Amino acid sequence: MTVFQFDSTFEGLLTALFDAYSWRCFPDMLVREGEVLPMFYDDCREVITDEEKAGRVWRALEKKLSREALSAVVASFLCEIADYDIVLFRYLRKAVDSPVSIETDFSDPDVVEMTRMVRRVRGEAHRVKQFVRFQKAADGTYFGMIEPIYNVLAIAVPHFVDRFSTMKFLLYDKRRGFGYYYDGKDATRVTLPEELSHIATGRLSPDMMDEEELLMQDMWRTYFKAIAIKERSNPRKQRQDMPVRFWKYLTEKQ
Amino acid sequence: MTEETLRKLKILAESAKYDVSCSSSGTVRRGRKGDGVGNTVGGVGICHSFADDGRCISLLKVMLTNVCMYDCAYCINRRSNDIPRATLSVTELVGITMEFYRRNYIEGLFLSSGVVRNPDYTMERLVRVAQDLRTIHRFNGYIHLKSIPGASQELVNLAGRFADRMSVNIEIPDEGSLKYLAPEKDFKSVYEPMGYIRQGVLENKEDRKRLRHVPRFVPAGQSTQMIVGASPERDRDILRLSSALYATPTMRRVYYSGYVPVNTYDERLPMLKQPPLVRENRLYQADWLMRFYHFTADEIAGDSHPDLELEIDPKLSWALRHPEAFPVDVNRADYEMILRIPGVGVKSATLIVNARRFRRLTSDHLRKIGVVMKRARYFITCGELESACVADVSPEYVRRQLTEPPRKAPKGDNSLQMTLDFGE
Repeated sequence: MTVFQFDSTFEGLLTALFDAYSWRCFPDMLVREGEVLPMFYDDCREVITDEEKAGRVWRALEKKLSREALSAVVASFLCEIADYDIVLFRYLRKAVDSPVSIETDFSDPDVVEMTRMVRRVRGEAHRVKQFVRFQKAADGTYFGMIEPIYNVLAIAVPHFVDRFSTMKFLLYDKRRGFGYYYDGKDATRVTLPEELSHIATGRLSPDMMDEEELLMQDMWRTYFKAIAIKERSNPRKQRQDMPVRFWKYLTEKQ
Repeated sequence: MTEETLRKLKILAESAKYDVSCSSSGTVRRGRKGDGVGNTVGGVGICHSFADDGRCISLLKVMLTNVCMYDCAYCINRRSNDIPRATLSVTELVGITMEFYRRNYIEGLFLSSGVVRNPDYTMERLVRVAQDLRTIHRFNGYIHLKSIPGASQELVNLAGRFADRMSVNIEIPDEGSLKYLAPEKDFKSVYEPMGYIRQGVLENKEDRKRLRHVPRFVPAGQSTQMIVGASPERDRDILRLSSALYATPTMRRVYYSGYVPVNTYDERLPMLKQPPLVRENRLYQADWLMRFYHFTADEIAGDSHPDLELEIDPKLSWALRHPEAFPVDVNRADYEMILRIPGVGVKSATLIVNARRFRRLTSDHLRKIGVVMKRARYFITCGELESACVADVSPEYVRRQLTEPPRKAPKGDNSLQMTLDFGE
């Protein structure tokens, strides 16, 4: 078994593809830096990420795949699931080797897996758009906390910037310990210390809140209760569409 | 805004909750950089929450007032009901909408109202809310406005400039029953405002061909709602009406609302223990078949079978009535025919016609694609050793295989409760 080790970046994955062709040796497994190597292997090679190699592979892919497929490739990589790296690697290799586009070959297991993964990642990005709840701070900044299972903040933030272009907001991914701060012009990636109470709990403390914030939260909770029809109570459907893992930061569920 | 506003919001949300529609789909509008807030995403829309009844909360669904001069038997807000009444001022409602929207609670506003004084007076106030949101607060999110039956064409035309979607509810699918349950209404009072909206949209389309910058008019079209189970109509009649409505150029959605017995004292209404939720779900499935699966209303529920089966879904029901149409060869059949296989949805049908260009598909491929083989296996061939087809064994056998044994529901779970998807 041949193992490639790479630095877990997307450029690293592209470099691995470049190296595989130049070494004429294709991996059976990809291992991210810092992860344990499998118990048995014949050959382990280290891939050193190289912008130029990655760029050449990307340009080659641009000739082989449509724009939608390329964006799907990038989005699916955000799942950050270790076992998925080799699937994506095989997908890209097939794309390079095949004389025709492989995008719609849904009888190929790697194409099916890639399509499924991108659907899951985009689904999670959509759930971020659904379930972020902002709290208004006294200085007018809106603060929202979320814990998505995939690293999708980067593809969800443009939606919030487009929608709330005149507001200042901070959207924070607790699980990965970073967020985006939008100051009314640009969104920048920020990391804040865990000691801050609102980063630790996901909730602004009363003295940090805008004076109307508590009333608004109350109104929303009241509305949430009032809009349900008791005769049709259906908790299973509720949990199905609004997974419990999001409830922690949902205003109406507190 | 005060505690008093909160109290009013509670009353008016409770009055609005029986309206089903809540979707925020149908328009794509990018945000305006540095000018107000809001965009609309189109596609499936965004549901921000799901209430305890499992219905999605996408828009702030509320009434401006629940005071009403009409006395419709099926309506909670009828004049003769003794319920708390409230009225929100335009400023209050606009304020709540903006504050909720900024906190990412909602996609926009779905505003309806009881009729006070006269239809025009009421409609004018609804339009005021939309106008203030759009022009003063530069709100660029979704607005769904109810058109009040009997309102003048001028007001509907004004409303259409601010709203993304407008709707007039038919409520009762037959004119005779409607007049019986709501003596002050008839089909004319419903179809007239629908006609105004349609006319507005079509004229706007022509205008926009000539002048690119003419603002859009009700870009997400119109929708309507029918109450199911409050009057004796069969599913056949309901689906025929829906299909006729979908044939008109601006109708995007017909919603079905299982009748919740709200006014139990009224003898014109049937006595129901619980709302007909399964029937409602089957109607939605039938609606889907008409809109996305190329079925006609008569194929789903015709004169020989005027009601949908509650036990199985309408697509399987059609397949069992037509064993001669099967098995379908997934490697050769048209897209239309593949769509008709039970267990194959729009998504898998598209994947199948794409994938079969590369190689012959086997049942293994189909399973990977996401076809529900448990159902589909009675209706397909894919060049392999096949399992019994519905045409060889009897439809009754297939029905038995697919309906029993009933899966044991977990404790405390109502197995009659169907899951409903209100997304578009």
